[in-house]
Amino acid sequence: MLTYTIRRLVLSVPTLLFISLVIFALLEFAPGDPMAQVPLTVPPEVKQKMREALGLGQPWPIRFGKWLYQFFVIEPMHLFDIMFNTTWAEGKQRVISWQTRGPVMDLVAQRMPQTLWVVGTAYIVAILVALPIGIYSAYKQYSVFDQAGTLISMIGFSVPPFFSGVLVIVIFSVNLGWLPSIYDTTHRVTDWDSFVVQFQQMIMPVMVLALQITGQISRFMRASMLDNLNQDYVRTARAKGLRERAVVMVHVVRNSMIPVVTVIALGIPAIFGGAIITEQVFKVNGLGQLLITAIQANDLPMVQTLTFIFAVLIVLFNLIADVLYGILDPRIRYE
Amino acid sequence: MSDAILTETTPEAPTHSQLADIWRQFKSHRGALWGGGFLVFITLFVVLGPYIWPFDPQKLDIRAKDMRPVYIGLFSGAESTVKWSWWHPLGTDNLGRDLLAKLISGGRITLSVGWVAMLLALIIGATVGVLAGYFKRLDGILMRLTDLFLALPLLPLLLVMMLLFREPLRATFGTESGTFLLIVFVIGVTSWMQTARVVRGDILALKEREFVLAARSIGTTPFRMILRHLLPNVMSAIMVSATLGLATAIITESAISFLGLGFPPDFPTWGKLLSDATDRLQRFPERVIWPGLAISLTVLSVNYIGDGLRDALDPRIRGR
Repeated sequence: MLTYTIRRLVLSVPTLLFISLVIFALLEFAPGDPMAQVPLTVPPEVKQKMREALGLGQPWPIRFGKWLYQFFVIEPMHLFDIMFNTTWAEGKQRVISWQTRGPVMDLVAQRMPQTLWVVGTAYIVAILVALPIGIYSAYKQYSVFDQAGTLISMIGFSVPPFFSGVLVIVIFSVNLGWLPSIYDTTHRVTDWDSFVVQFQQMIMPVMVLALQITGQISRFMRASMLDNLNQDYVRTARAKGLRERAVVMVHVVRNSMIPVVTVIALGIPAIFGGAIITEQVFKVNGLGQLLITAIQANDLPMVQTLTFIFAVLIVLFNLIADVLYGILDPRIRYE
Repeated sequence: MSDAILTETTPEAPTHSQLADIWRQFKSHRGALWGGGFLVFITLFVVLGPYIWPFDPQKLDIRAKDMRPVYIGLFSGAESTVKWSWWHPLGTDNLGRDLLAKLISGGRITLSVGWVAMLLALIIGATVGVLAGYFKRLDGILMRLTDLFLALPLLPLLLVMMLLFREPLRATFGTESGTFLLIVFVIGVTSWMQTARVVRGDILALKEREFVLAARSIGTTPFRMILRHLLPNVMSAIMVSATLGLATAIITESAISFLGLGFPPDFPTWGKLLSDATDRLQRFPERVIWPGLAISLTVLSVNYIGDGLRDALDPRIRGR
């Protein structure tokens, strides 16, 4: 298992390199000039200087290599510096955003908590709701509950978040006036009252995101339960006189969870991507909003770094899912 | 007794064909039937709509601006100040453009983007899947490529590609067709991977079957083999992923339009209509709700069709 994990880790390095090259090439060979906004009255030699100041003077392989060095060596060193008060990265060139002229990673670190809070809570809520629905739907297949659960999960992954989000704003903010429609990220939780405010403003984004995830996971849990419920070991468990509760909740659920756990792990990076829209609807200034503003402002280093971070998340959680599968199911060992 | 033996004829042909079987199973899935019905309805709505409701969605009529829908006007009482008219059943926007006409023309774009992008993804996916499954030499490299595409962060890349290539394509092909080509291409090349995986798996299993061996023994060329023997057998898998592809293509196009990177404001797709209306959501919720409902119901019906098709095309379930 360990050798498998190490081999997968090593294999993910070329994958990541290739993805970073694809992203870099896409931005590089796309038409459009970062200096297009500069007035025509600026003399060409000054323009050339500005170009070099943005790091655009050199041919692309050198710039790609520099970006890789900055992302994989200098930024981790900087993180190490902050954590342990060392001065390794002192004076080294970091990845700089063209918009703010500040390091990209500082902005990412600022925006990360908001996204993690909303997305993380939504994911946990969705799992807690989806698993019981999936289990009970499969146990009472074709019952009224199952039909209703199917309908709700179908609605969950058919209604796009930019509609369900707007809809809950209309209902709960505009008509009922119960919840704020904008997520205030400067809000600090200090006492009970401010906690209630934080809770209220999180309800709607979490609800919208969770509805989507619940649909997928509960469908998957149901299918996995149905595969297991007709197996021989279930009949054996019943035949030896186990209580129904123990048969379903211990024997069947544990075996059905194996594929579901990997699906949950695989879904996490997709949720970060999907949260872009939810963040836009509720004005959460998280990573997704940062990406959208960077795209609109033509801020290439920021776009490149953020997209690459999303790619790293996908590769990482693919790896985690594969390893988890091997750990949970001893029949599957990749040696 | 002997008469019965004498009158017994040769075994009859099966009373129903495979297609009828599939249709019977599909019919028994009520959600799929409703979904199919709605998809036909919405397709007719956008195709025939301009002939039944022949108003220009771009026509400005500043005197008739900000009209409310008929149902609000009728229920608001005689002496209320709500502006409404039978000529604008769903109301008008802030420039007096008719919402119903805009829904029809937007639906045309949204649905055609969905269909074409889905077909493109299907063609790429099926080709990659068949090649990888049938030719052992291509398998490794094509599946590596599929894995790489699966590891790409799709929505951010979609947005970046839309941003970077929008202007040059618009300059070359004109505003509408340029954006159309770009959106279709971008969605198509980022959503073929699941189809490729499923098709490859099916082909790998089919390749070991006797009928393929028999076909090969009489000298069938790989091209004929794929076209005559393998593709018809993976058709069911392809059709199921086609429905999923249509649903995701419609949602993706609407999401891109919602984020303001899709079609320009002159060509309002459903997603664009929705995003334009969110600013004045409090006063005119209907402008958000109608396009949103159109997107959601279309995607929901397509998903139900996929569910029904999966059941109907699976021979293990069909007998039950």
